[in-house]
Amino acid sequence: MARVVVDVMLKPEILDPQGRAVQGALGRLGLNGVANVRQGKQFVIDLEGELDSDRSATLERLAAELLSNPVIEDYRLTVVEG
Amino acid sequence: MRIGVVTFPGSLDDRDAARAVRIAGGESVALWHGDDDIKDVDAVILPGGFSYGDYLRCGAIARFAPVMTTIIQKAHEGMPVLGICNGFQILCESHLLPGALVRNDHQHFICRDQVLRIEDTTSAWTSSFTSGQEIVVPLKNGEGGFVADEATLDQLEGDGRVIARYVGMNPNGSRRDIAGIRNERGNVVGLMPHPEHAVEALTGPTTDGLGFFASVLTSLASSR
Repeated sequence: MARVVVDVMLKPEILDPQGRAVQGALGRLGLNGVANVRQGKQFVIDLEGELDSDRSATLERLAAELLSNPVIEDYRLTVVEG
Repeated sequence: MRIGVVTFPGSLDDRDAARAVRIAGGESVALWHGDDDIKDVDAVILPGGFSYGDYLRCGAIARFAPVMTTIIQKAHEGMPVLGICNGFQILCESHLLPGALVRNDHQHFICRDQVLRIEDTTSAWTSSFTSGQEIVVPLKNGEGGFVADEATLDQLEGDGRVIARYVGMNPNGSRRDIAGIRNERGNVVGLMPHPEHAVEALTGPTTDGLGFFASVLTSLASSR
């Protein structure tokens, strides 16, 4: 088994209305001094068998083509196990 | 002229788009997301809605539907394609148009009659308008903010590829008030507001939307 985690975040220059709404809610619920909140996505992908270089390359490609949109988002791919 | 209208799981405005085609004098042809055969249509409309539930990103999964493989290829060959709202998002995700559509800056879904200024009349879908003409069509979106980097925005404006801009209030935070753009060749157009809902006095604020559908019928006729 191998586990790959892909984190996707909006690029810093793209406005994040969801993050802004969460920031407001944090303040209303008693957390002082919230300077900024950015909301992202996390994909946890469990693979059967070993993560070979072929599947690793495919994952890199799909992280850029499907899981994120390079126009507005950055991604980070981390192999957790395997 | 045969104009295909694609239905994805979650499409909402496919029936209205087909009706707009018929009212403008064309023949509408129903296309299915899972079928890569587009039935020899002369042009295609990607309608509004929430394809695949807007999961992942709006349009991100629809882009990989079998029907899109054929449409992307035909679009590169010059077939007219109009993406409305979710269709615009799909065209951006498909890289047929630059930029992306992101969540409205004010965090609300918006539904209103919107004034637009038509700025480019060279595209297959805007040729029946006059440059600078103001029209009113419905706008309804939650993720309609058009974004692109500054260089791309400059290039779109420099090349005259902004086909329509919002007039008055900017309803969603779109950069430079952009409501619609076209590709370099002018056959592919993406538009956030909904011309297909403004084709009859009974049900729409105006009949201004008909111009988009009349344009493509004219441009197809003249290219024959």
